[in-house]
Formats: sequence, C-alpha cells, structure tokens
Amino acid sequence: MLDFTPKEIIERTSGGLINPAKTCQPIGAMYAALGIHKCLPHSHGSQGCCAYHRSHLTRHFRDPILASTSSFTEGASVFGGGANLKTAIKNVFAIYNPDVMAIHTTCLTETIGDDIPAFLGQAEIPEGKIVIHANTPSYVGSHITGFSNMTRGMVNYLSEAATETKKEQVNIIPGFVNPGDMREIKRLVRAMGINFIMFPDTSGVVDSPMTGKFEMFPQGGTTVKELKDTGNSKLTIVLGSFASTDAAIALERKCKVPAKTLKTPIGVKATDEFLMTLRNTFVTEIPYELEEERGQLVDIMVDTHHQFHGKKVAIFGDPDIVIALTEFVLSLGMVPVHVLTGTPGSTFEKEVKAMLLESGLKGNVKAAGDLFQFHQWIKNEPVDLIIGNTYGKYIARAEDIPLVRVGFPILDRSVHSYMPIVGYKGAMRLVEMISNALLERQDRDAADEDFELVM
Amino acid sequence: MAAIPLNDVEIKEREKSIVIKGKQKKQLICDTESIAGCVSQRACVYCGARVVLNPVTDAVHLVHGPIGCASYTWDIRGSLSSGSELYRNSFSTDLKEEDVIFGGEKKLASAIDQLVEKYRAELVFVYSTCIVGVIGDDLEAVCKAAAQKHGIEVIPVQSSGFIGNKAAGYRAACDALLRLIKPGGRQVKKREKCINYLGDFNLAGEAWIIRNYLRQMGVEVNVTFTGDSRYTALKKAPEACLNIIQCAGSMNYLASKMKELFDIPYINVSFLGLEDTADSLRRIAEFFNDSEITRRTEELIRSESARVKLIVEGYREKFRGKKAAVYVGGGFKAISLIKQFREIGIEVVMIGTQTGRKDEYETINELVNDGTVVLDDANPTELERFMTEKGAHLLVGGVKERPLAYKLGVAFIDHNHDRKHPLSGFVGAVNFAEEVYSTLCSPVWKYVR
Repeated sequence: MLDFTPKEIIERTSGGLINPAKTCQPIGAMYAALGIHKCLPHSHGSQGCCAYHRSHLTRHFRDPILASTSSFTEGASVFGGGANLKTAIKNVFAIYNPDVMAIHTTCLTETIGDDIPAFLGQAEIPEGKIVIHANTPSYVGSHITGFSNMTRGMVNYLSEAATETKKEQVNIIPGFVNPGDMREIKRLVRAMGINFIMFPDTSGVVDSPMTGKFEMFPQGGTTVKELKDTGNSKLTIVLGSFASTDAAIALERKCKVPAKTLKTPIGVKATDEFLMTLRNTFVTEIPYELEEERGQLVDIMVDTHHQFHGKKVAIFGDPDIVIALTEFVLSLGMVPVHVLTGTPGSTFEKEVKAMLLESGLKGNVKAAGDLFQFHQWIKNEPVDLIIGNTYGKYIARAEDIPLVRVGFPILDRSVHSYMPIVGYKGAMRLVEMISNALLERQDRDAADEDFELVM
Repeated sequence: MAAIPLNDVEIKEREKSIVIKGKQKKQLICDTESIAGCVSQRACVYCGARVVLNPVTDAVHLVHGPIGCASYTWDIRGSLSSGSELYRNSFSTDLKEEDVIFGGEKKLASAIDQLVEKYRAELVFVYSTCIVGVIGDDLEAVCKAAAQKHGIEVIPVQSSGFIGNKAAGYRAACDALLRLIKPGGRQVKKREKCINYLGDFNLAGEAWIIRNYLRQMGVEVNVTFTGDSRYTALKKAPEACLNIIQCAGSMNYLASKMKELFDIPYINVSFLGLEDTADSLRRIAEFFNDSEITRRTEELIRSESARVKLIVEGYREKFRGKKAAVYVGGGFKAISLIKQFREIGIEVVMIGTQTGRKDEYETINELVNDGTVVLDDANPTELERFMTEKGAHLLVGGVKERPLAYKLGVAFIDHNHDRKHPLSGFVGAVNFAEEVYSTLCSPVWKYVR
C-alpha cells in the first residue's frame, strides 16, 4: 500500500531527494545547545524552523524542548535580521533568564548574509550572561553538521587554557546520541575513576524526571564553568568523527588539548578502544566491574551467535552511529549488505567499505543517499533485518522485514532515549533487540510443526 | 481598564494578547506578529500551506528548498486516504550551496520531470520555502513550463516562511486550490443536493464520518477540502450547490472566493460535540428546504443522539469539578472545544490559539465563564503560569504542549495532527469523553509528587 518504490534501479540526475535520510543543520545545533546547562537555544530565522525543530525533538524525546526564535518577517529578510536579533537577546534574558543563549542561523539568515558576530557586538547582553553562536546553513551538510558546528561554537566562545600544566581530566564529546547513551558513557568513565567533562551533555535536560513542576531549565547540561575548563584538560576523546571532530580540532588549536577520534562506542571492539584510550592516558587498570561487563557481553554473543551468522542486514541513519553499528553487526557474524547515510562525506563510504573488505564482504555503501535508493537496494537484494530510525518502517512494511529502531528520530516508540546502545551494556541491549526481532519473525512465520519452545 | 499584571520577568508587549474575562473591557489583540525572542508555539507560512494541501492524496508534494522543510513534514498530518498514499512520501529539491548561489530553477525543473515520470502523477504542488523567496527563483515560470511539457497540473504554492504566519500559509494553499479548481473553458454543471465540505483534513477518518451522516440525510459530498481528496474530485468542486466550512481559519477565504467565482453559497459548521453536530446538520438541511431531507436529518439526529447521549452523560459524574485548559491552532476549534467540554461537565479556565481571528475571540469571550484567561500566541511560560493559577486538570493542545502538560502533572489530549481517534460527530463526542477519561482518570497521576 505504501510501496511506491520500483524495483528497477532508476538513474536519478536531478539532485532532489525522495524520502530523505537526513534533515537540516539547525535542529542539530538546537540539540547540541540543549546540552549546555541553563541554555536557551535560539533560532535566527522564520518561526517555522523553530517550531519544526521543537516538534521533531519533542516527538523523539517526549520531553519539553524550549527554544526561542527571531520570528522573521518580510521586513527583516529585506533589511537584515539585526534588529530582530537584538530585540530577541533583550527579551530572552528578560523573560526566560537563561545563563547562556546559543544562537544558530538558518538558510534564510545565511542567504541574506546576516553577520551574527557583528550583531552581537552591538547587542546589549546583561552582565554575567553569555551568548554564543554557530553558523548552520541548512543547505550544507545535515543535522549532524549542525550538531558539530554548535559544539565547535562552544569551544570557540568558551574554552580557555588557564593553567600552565594540563589537568588530569579528559574531555569527552559524545556526538549526536541519546541522553541514555551519554549517561552510560559517563558511567564508564566514572567507573574508571577518571575526572572528565562531557560536552554537550543533554542528559538531565531532555530526559528530565517528572516532579509535578515545569522546569524551563532542568538540572542537566554541561555548565559554563566546565566548558571553560575544557581548555585545561589533558586529552579530548571524540566519539564519532562526523558529529564531534571539528570541536576537538578547534580545542586543540585554541588550547593545545590533544584530540583522539574514536568510533561511537557500540560493541566490544569500539568500547574496548574507548576504555583502552582512557587507560593509556590516565590509569593503570580497567576496574573489574567493567571487565565483568565485557565478559558478560562476550558470553551473550557466544550464546546467541548461531542466530546471527550469515543474516543479511541493511543499516541506515547518522554516519557515526551507522559506522559503529556496521562494525558491531560484523562482530556478530551478520552480513551488512546495504549501508547508507543521508549525511554527505566521503570518509563514510571509505570507512564502511574498508570494514566490509576486511570481513571479505562487499555491499552497497553510500553517503548523501536517501531512503528511496535504500529501498531500491533492498528490493534487489533482500535482507533479513533493517536497522534504522522510524522512517524505516515504510520499507519494513512494504518488504515484510523486521525493523530494529536505532538512531534519530524515533517517533513511533518510547523509552528508547533513556536506554543506551553504547558501552558493553548498550551492546547487550542491541543483541537483545536484534535477537528478539529475528526470533519473533521466526515464530510468526513458523509452520505448526516447526514452532519451537526452546530457541 | 487594568491590563493583566504580568510578572516582571514577562514582557509588556504581551499584555495586549492576554485578557481575563470579566476583569476588563479591553479587546484582546490577535493576529499580531510574534515578538522576537519569545518561545512562540506558532509556525510559519510553509507550515500553514503544507497542512492544508497535504491531504490531497494523489499529488506529488514537492518542497523546493533545503532538506529540512520536507523532512519535518514527512507524513506527520495523520490524514487518512481511501486511495493513493503518494502524499505520504517526502519529496525535496534538497537545495545546496551552489543552488543558492546560482539559482535552483534548473534543479526544480529536473526534479519535477523525474517525479512525474516515476509516479505518473496528474498533479504536482511545488512549495516555495524561505530561501526560494530570497534567491528569487521564478517558481511560476518553472511550474508553467513543466505543466505544458507534461500536460498535467503543476501548481506553485507561494509559502516562503517569512512572509507572514501560519494563516498566510492557509491563504497560499487556498490560492493554489483555486487555481486547481478553476474550470477554464469547461462548462460547469451544477449538481443538486451535492455539497463541498471545507476544512476537514480527515484526521483519524473524521471526514468519512461526516460524509456518512450527510449521505443518510440524502446529501452527497462532492469533495472534501482537503481530507482524502484527489485530483479529479477537486476539479469538480465548482459543481457543488453549497459549501460547508468547518475549519474557518484555513478555509473561509476559499469559500468566499468560490462564492464570488462560482456562486456557491457557504455556511459555517462544526461537528465537534453533540450540540454543534446536531445544529450543523439541521442548518445544512434547512438550506435545502426539502421535507425529505429534513425528516431524514431529524431521524439521524434522534437515533445517533439516543445512542451516545447516555454514554456521554455517564462521564459527567466522573468529571465533576474538573477544569480544562485549551491551546490549539485556530479559533474554530477553540470555540467548539468550550462547548464540547461543557457537554461533559468540564469548565474551560484557560483558552488560547496560535492564529485565532478577532471575531473568533469575541465568540470565545461570550462563551467562557468570568475569570477565564483568554490568550493569543502564548508561550510555554504563560501556559504554565495560567494552567497552574487556574488549577487546570487537563490541557488540549498539539505536539509541543503535550510534555509541558505532563511535566506539570496535567492530563493531555492531542487535538491536532497526532490525534488517534476521530473526535467529530456523534461518535466523536463519545471518543472525546473516553479520551478525556483515559487521561484525566489514569492511575499514573497518583505517583506524581
């Protein structure tokens, strides 16, 4: 019924997209800004942008998402948005009183050439309050680029190298992941006994507890003090190059904090690398608690590997997550035959192809793709499982393939944003999700004589 | 007259957009531009245009702009289709930096060509977004050329986000629809007892319920604007002898234009709540002045009312003393909700809209009790403040208001895109009461500290 995708591969030259696997920069910037304590993200553009981003994030996180807008009019787009932005700054601090206002631009304000730093120079910013900004033209990159740009904005505006020698602490940039993942990453670092600053950190902001009171600024988020202190850390660990490397490079340049880029820690290998990097710089030992978790995960993988071996899987979503997921499903013995992200970037294709090659596999791999193409691939080479966000449900239904929901956005299921997919615990959860999806399908399709109690 | 004393932290300009009934005589100011720096719950022109046109099921809805606008509107409307599902796909020209510099007309033309070829659509809506308004692509010319090339309708929708608010988008959508339905040289043959139903987007199948009622009355729905509508049906719109309008905010303009161009009279109706539904059906019957229609209408109202009245009244007891807050898109819905809540014994203590008109706010002010807060273009801080002050137990709103209500320990009903049960007609009144009950009386609230 919802299947409008033909099997025959169609050459497309217009450059337009059908059923996108990405969205625009500003929403990523808004999400990153929510990871600063007491910060109000501000959308410098038309009202609709802000409303859409807030709705979309609200649907994914099921929590209030607050952001202000410059509310552009025709006049502003002709004469420039300086007046609107100055009024907005005044009003934001007068009405909502955040510690930080984080401005991102939109396609409109980028195209008319609004010069945000110049506007900020002329604006009245109350004593003790901070305004930062990031340029996020919607016609470049994707929401991941926007997240990256705003995170770099935090470094540009706030990071300071204040101490002669670097402190025994690590910066961790978690990338565009759920607060559940950020909490898990923090738990791992804490278990190692290492001081750290995570930024941005949306845990405690978009997964805030129910108290019967509405808190405009919940307790979570990286504080300004911490953001400043990132310049004094000994090392920055980047988890996922697409969403986070730019900020780390900026920090290296500005404050001489060396950066190490790793994969999003999904699965044994990537989590091992994360913990080993921490160990090599800061401590001598990995605590037993984490050794035990690792052992449990491997135990689970061994117990279940027969379910996964040779199963074909198609993965789509944001580049850092998809790269890490590909590595993880390979470690389970699955065969990733179609791997796609909507975000542009040739390193994605290079990295995924290299992983496939190492496993003696070849597959369809594409950056800057769309779900029309992904669907065409699946029609021509069917798979046992799809891993991706909510938008995969149309293909899953059309082709009758189970879908494991991972990534952003997930609009049709709840609780996911509280539960990690990173670390050993997150990998256990992923194994459970994938295994359940495959076995439930097997149960559903089994003839009476093949329907089994023990699986 | 004293304006509402707002806290120091709130802003002066907002005072004119909030009134408390009975406390002052001043007029509420609406339809103003939002104040820069506010956390407005409003959207943009494109949003308004897209929500009105999106339910046209067999059209290609092509968004000319960077990817965001197409992404955020991909299949979010909840309008059901009895035929094509083409409208549930997302099409975008995905404008890039070089397009912004050199113009996006070529890319647009090529995208239309390929989509038309692929989906064999007879109708394409091309939405303009902010950036298109700035770089100056000639949408009109590209669409005209494409229409001629393929022998189909390719209609530009002038919906650049910054040229106004959501209401301006409704108008842009109506202009697009007018272009579509203009008969050109064709002879229009009027069809008796055949009406157009304007301003129902068939959320959860609501337009089907009303169509069914009208059929039982002996009146045929020619086409619905725009719930579950198709190209061929829309083309026949001028043949109707009456337009009935539910969502006035989006469709009054189209109705008045159709009166002017095709001499089709119109009446405003509402199918939300038992009282409004019965009243609206009677007024439609009155228009026809046909004893058979009148008889069948009364019969329908009698049998349907009897079926649901007891159920709805049964809920009144359970809702005793409960208070509701309402914050919805348009004025028509707000007005209906006041009445609908009255039917189940719930008082509305706060009510506001994103884009309500002056006359609608006047009606609201007549309907509500003294002390009720009425506000236009509210922000979350105001919603929180007045819900708390007025002791609301329930909020009716859209996607952005839901978690706000929940955080306050207040029950919630979606009366917007995300609604899952039809809330129209007699059956809708029962669903509404059930939905209110399921959220208001859920055990989960006991665990809120």
